[in-house]
Amino acid sequence: MAHDASHADAADHGAEHAEEHHPQWSTYWKVALILSVITVVEVWIYYTPFRDSKLFVPALLTMSAAKFAIVVMFYMHLKYDHKLFRVLFTGPLLIAIGTLTGLMFLFGKFALHLGG
Amino acid sequence: MTTMAAPAPATLPTTGEYKTGIWSWLTTVDHKRIGILYLVTALFFFVWGGLEAAIIRAQLAGPNMGLVTAQQYNQLFTMHGTTMVFLVIMPLSSAFFNFLIPLQIGARDVAFPRLNAFSYWVFLAGGIVVTLPILFGMAPDGGWFGYAPLTTKAYSSGYNIDYWVLGLQILGVASLAAAFNFITTIINMRAPGMVLMRMPVFTWMSFVVQFLVILAFPVITAALVFLLFDRFFGTNFYTVAAGADPLLWQHLFWVFGHPEVYILILPAFGLVSEVLPTFSRKPLFGYPVIVYSGILIGALGFGVWAHHMFSVGMGPIADSVFSVTTMLIAIPTGVKILNWVSTMWGGQIRFTTSMMFAIALVAMFTVGGISGIMHSSAPADLQQTDSYFVVAHFHYVLVGGAVLGIMAGVYYYFPKLTGRMLDETLGKWHFWTFVIGTNLTFFPMHMSGLYGMPRRIYTYDAGQGWEMYNLLSSIGVIFQAIGMTIFFVNFIRSWKKGAIAGNNPWGAPTLEWAIPSPVPDYNFAHIPVVTSRYPLWDQKAGDLVKSEAETTTGGRLKTAAELGIPMPFPTILPLVAAVFMTAMLCGLLFIHAGNLPLALGIMITCGLGLAFTLIKWLTSPLE
Amino acid sequence: MATAAIAESHSHGEVSHHRTSTGLNHRKVAVWAFIGSECMLFVSLISTYLIYKGRSVVGPYPHENWTDPATGKVFKEILNIPVTSASTFVLLMSSLAMVLALAAVQNKDKPMPTGWWDRQLRSSKLWLWMTALLGTTFLGFQAYEFTSFVHEGLTIRTNLFGSSFFTLTGFHGAHVTVGVLWLLALLGIDYKRGLKPADALNVDIAALYWHFVDVVWIAIFTLIYLIK
Ligand SMILES: [Cu+2]
Repeated sequence: MAHDASHADAADHGAEHAEEHHPQWSTYWKVALILSVITVVEVWIYYTPFRDSKLFVPALLTMSAAKFAIVVMFYMHLKYDHKLFRVLFTGPLLIAIGTLTGLMFLFGKFALHLGG
Repeated sequence: MTTMAAPAPATLPTTGEYKTGIWSWLTTVDHKRIGILYLVTALFFFVWGGLEAAIIRAQLAGPNMGLVTAQQYNQLFTMHGTTMVFLVIMPLSSAFFNFLIPLQIGARDVAFPRLNAFSYWVFLAGGIVVTLPILFGMAPDGGWFGYAPLTTKAYSSGYNIDYWVLGLQILGVASLAAAFNFITTIINMRAPGMVLMRMPVFTWMSFVVQFLVILAFPVITAALVFLLFDRFFGTNFYTVAAGADPLLWQHLFWVFGHPEVYILILPAFGLVSEVLPTFSRKPLFGYPVIVYSGILIGALGFGVWAHHMFSVGMGPIADSVFSVTTMLIAIPTGVKILNWVSTMWGGQIRFTTSMMFAIALVAMFTVGGISGIMHSSAPADLQQTDSYFVVAHFHYVLVGGAVLGIMAGVYYYFPKLTGRMLDETLGKWHFWTFVIGTNLTFFPMHMSGLYGMPRRIYTYDAGQGWEMYNLLSSIGVIFQAIGMTIFFVNFIRSWKKGAIAGNNPWGAPTLEWAIPSPVPDYNFAHIPVVTSRYPLWDQKAGDLVKSEAETTTGGRLKTAAELGIPMPFPTILPLVAAVFMTAMLCGLLFIHAGNLPLALGIMITCGLGLAFTLIKWLTSPLE
Repeated sequence: MATAAIAESHSHGEVSHHRTSTGLNHRKVAVWAFIGSECMLFVSLISTYLIYKGRSVVGPYPHENWTDPATGKVFKEILNIPVTSASTFVLLMSSLAMVLALAAVQNKDKPMPTGWWDRQLRSSKLWLWMTALLGTTFLGFQAYEFTSFVHEGLTIRTNLFGSSFFTLTGFHGAHVTVGVLWLLALLGIDYKRGLKPADALNVDIAALYWHFVDVVWIAIFTLIYLIK
């Protein structure tokens, strides 16, 4: 995880100019609209028969992952900011998701069927 | 590649305004002084934890001994483990993080000097909370791993475990605060030219360790919060009757616990990676490989935790996965051994005490590593788990690895710390008695373990083939104790009376050796420009540091003020904040005592005190 | 812990003359590392909730009704999706307000536009107040949720669901509370001397923390409330 920070040195001089590429008001409103729409869809499908579908959980996970990513990229400016911040966040996030997944397997939350 | 040992000055360099009173230590924000505080505190706890081990070994020296009761024995082994892990090896590493990281990267201090002081005081407070109860026979007695449900109130109703839960929570705060600080320091405060791949290996390994801390400690924080809530507020996280899973604690603990193992060992790896090149007069063999394998160890370290739990019946798939990841992680570790051996190969080796400890680490860690690989195979582990074989394994890794590496570091850096050399003759005596003692203590444990002796038993019957091995182990402790006594005599004597060291007594290559010993409070009179991984071997001194004429006046070093360097103000606020925070958490103990109003009173008062201290801290200027 | 890191970083703001190797601000680096660390804290709390899902031996349960065999009393499924959807929306909108507050501070030195709405967009006080208010509203929803659960017979001691639910959402709520206090501190500075573009970093760091807390809630809303 840590070694990626070495790229940071290369980008030293880019840091000051990053500010100029920041998104402006219109982007923030659009992002808020998208987030609201996704949230509405999430809650809406909760009340439809789709709730009993096999695809319900994957659909919800995808939608919340999308919201998560959008907030991080646009509101937390990770899309525009210094690479180092991306590394500082995604490295731990991946380890966290890996730990969560590992624990879910270990406690039998995902049925793992090998060879039927 | 030329070596340049600067001529030793006749007197120790002094700066004009260096205060030494007790108040100056309580209010210091100087990373070097905080490093010394960590060092001295950790050495004190080393004696404490060592005495606990000595009592354990005395009790086990022969069958059916009655030196301590079973209850006292539980407290002793719990406190020995907790002390050595959290109050000795981690803070000894912290001493080096504090002292060395800014010097090695060419900085004047850490990124957040006051937060750094806060870390130390919180560590000290947490150490006192876990350590003190043993004097009243109320020490934690659930093992250093504190397995719940055993540690829940249903099975451990005394105050013992409360101290452990609160103490570890407090110690976690100290480690986390320090880790954010060092991450920022290493990322942001490197001197010009000190790109990441020119950083000394100790700084690199420390960098990896800080990431392990910020990712592993939150997990045990959560596990401890559950236990704390269970014990104080009656929640059900570990209540099996309510449906709780007895493995939850084990999993969360080892998600933290395995990275913790690397938190303990990687700093020592870093230290020997500084010592071996200097005393072999050769650059480190395969520097990038050492760095990348360190990172790989750190990352893989989060995917192996369940190898501590093969015997709980996780099923063949989980057992296989964790066996494989554990075997994988042996590769980057083995690579490091190869690198160190190759560094010495063909070098002009000087057998200083520091070098001998470093070489001993390479040998003894290999022994511990090999028994570790034996555990990685789940079927073999089922035979070894909870036996003395495991005790032998992790003591080879932690004493043969971490402690020997730190000792190499202490002998190596003592001159930089104090301006004086540790005595080499006493050092050699220390080395031989301690290393012989360590092997005499821990090697026979492989045998007693294979003969079936379980861990954590307070006594045993004769006639099981364990007597001789146990006696040998206990005799080994005498040698270790002699060795450490010699060390302390050497340490205390040399601090005031040792030979004057000069800037670079070993002809070492890294930045910290370019500046005076002991280091002036501002570290570098001007920030050096680095063009090489081994600046003192590859660069001219004049490019790195200012000439003596520029940095001295009237036979002494110029002060920071004379050089125009702004220094952070000393402040008592970090200490006050640490005391309030600790007292606030300890207020919980009165809930256990059944006195809710008093508990709330203490917690609210101290909470407010903490808030006001933080506001004061926020609004007062740093320098 | 968080407070200490934040405290230190605030006060360190005065020494911006210090160069850094990456050109990045110390406090911002530290806050991102802190956020990475918080990922592991919340993953531990969420994992525990999920591991214990469906293991409580007595109700009330989150998504199913439960009849107490002793008394015959029926406890309805306890999670209130409409109310939580509203509070989720409120927290999302607080993130919008936060990012607008930051933009307002960053653009303080630009000439003031003439349109009424455009001028409102430039008001850092308005958007900081808005963020703090929405955050407080979220906390109000949470207080309502907690008290109604207790009335319906679910406390932190009732069952595994209660223990893990209250601990997880309580930790999140505590984070929101810290965030609101932080915003109020920024407002205090804004009223005292006015936030300037030079203060954008202070607002940025608070915003990062605020958005992260929001992002954690996005995960909690799906994993705990919507998935059965
Ligand atoms: Cu392990």
